[in-house]
Amino acid sequence: MAEITLPESIRDVEPVRSVRTPAQLDYEFTAGDATTRFLTGITNKRIIGQQAPGGRVYVPPRGADPELGQPTPIDVEVAQVGTVTSFCVVNLQFYGSVMEIPYVSALILLDGADLSIMHLIQEVPADQVRIGMRVEGVWRDDADIEPTLESIRYFRPTGEPDDPHVRIPGEGHGTGLGSWVGGVAPTEAVIRNPRTGLGGNPEGASV
Amino acid sequence: MRDVAVISFAQTPMRRRVEELNEVEMLMPAVHGALRQVDMTIDDIGFTCSGSTDYLAGMAFSFVSTLDAVGPWPPIQESHVEMDGAWALYEAWVKLQIGEIDTALVYAYAKSSPGDLPMVLSRQLDPITMGPLWPDSVSLAALQARALLDSGKATEADFAEVAARSRRAALANPNAQLAWDCPAADVLAEDYLVAPLRRSDCPPITDGAAAIVLAAGDVARSKVERPAWIRGFDHRIEPIHLGLRDLTVSESTRIAAEAAGVADGPVDVAEIHAPFSHQELIVRDALVLGADTSINPSGGALAANAMMTAGLVRIGEVANRIASGEARRGVAHATSGPCLQQNLVCVLEGE
Repeated sequence: MAEITLPESIRDVEPVRSVRTPAQLDYEFTAGDATTRFLTGITNKRIIGQQAPGGRVYVPPRGADPELGQPTPIDVEVAQVGTVTSFCVVNLQFYGSVMEIPYVSALILLDGADLSIMHLIQEVPADQVRIGMRVEGVWRDDADIEPTLESIRYFRPTGEPDDPHVRIPGEGHGTGLGSWVGGVAPTEAVIRNPRTGLGGNPEGASV
Repeated sequence: MRDVAVISFAQTPMRRRVEELNEVEMLMPAVHGALRQVDMTIDDIGFTCSGSTDYLAGMAFSFVSTLDAVGPWPPIQESHVEMDGAWALYEAWVKLQIGEIDTALVYAYAKSSPGDLPMVLSRQLDPITMGPLWPDSVSLAALQARALLDSGKATEADFAEVAARSRRAALANPNAQLAWDCPAADVLAEDYLVAPLRRSDCPPITDGAAAIVLAAGDVARSKVERPAWIRGFDHRIEPIHLGLRDLTVSESTRIAAEAAGVADGPVDVAEIHAPFSHQELIVRDALVLGADTSINPSGGALAANAMMTAGLVRIGEVANRIASGEARRGVAHATSGPCLQQNLVCVLEGE
């Protein structure tokens, strides 16, 4: 730190090297239409995704289809079983976490959905979780069901054989890891435009 | 300068509290409306730019999820400003000046209702000396109003005239949140909210969204009969410390107005973004408007003040009046920051 020459009158005063100015603001959120519909389904132990006409099924829904740029008024109930599309093993305790380490956080593509949800995988040792594993949701006791995704306590293996064709949602039509197919950047030439149906590879269109 | 025009403007009805929708749900009708009016989709747009701030909803990167409203796929050219959408429009205009694209979509939105807005706005102050004092936005405006009264340039009756005229004009604006017809004397009879400001001198707290489509040259002419051409555009900022500024004048507005060429022709209509009644007097003075200019026929920010949006709405309101033939040349002003810290001036003209 640069030396500062203080006026004579305050030379004996301890210099201020830092200040703490805590700030707190309180907000009252409302869920909005799409999330309200989704969470209402959860209170009935149903997982209900949403869809725009001609669009994909989003779970959880956020109100707009990001490909079509349209609202998602159509409710589509999806299965409570799905496939692990990716996961990580958490070995660090961090502030606010109530989980015992190590634990597994995973992306799970529910049957009938086009978007993975993130949730916990339990009832299986962390080192046995794998991509392609089939899992099912485990709900809280009925009395404890609330409008929150935490009403599903975790997912656990179903014991079914793994899905050998597991895909990351969007793979092949340009989202996620599939975007840079063969090292080619995701330009309009390689990506299907979901509104016009133009561009991209036809295979991608069906994914 | 390349000819660039506002060819479409849409806004949601401005309301105190939009509880039943999240931000992207609230925004979509404005974005879709602006595109639909000129028979365009996102595939016809060269550049998209938005203005909003995460502090209002209290949600990090909320502007990323609202981008879903436009359908940004395949990947689009896009940018965001943590400012009023009027500055997003400025960025889009600069991009259009470069000449590589012919169209741009600009939108802005705010849900101010989840938080305590006057306190949220205190977070835009310098974090070391002013922020920790938590001065709310109404108190800071009152400080400015007091300085204006003390300078002898205006009276409380002048404030009340602005407040009454704005709400009366808002009766003709279907999107206005606050509209009524009462004499200025009734405003003067109100108790002070934060002296010398009364409740009617202050803007409502507003949730809402707006969107504008810009197009260059022949593209604009092919889409609409009477494009609102941007003839001058400038914005300036002043120091953050209120003590460094003469609060009774708006030097940044004056310089921006000069650079934008406000005085180069008659001004039929001026939409001034003045959230507090006394601020209209200061901005009017800095813009040097004649007596025959129609000021805030929409009711201005005193009729609806969606944060990050009300400035963009001013540009849209002027553009609409030019498009309809009601005005030939107009001025739109936008402000940001406490006590008119930052100001933007846009001159629009019909052919």
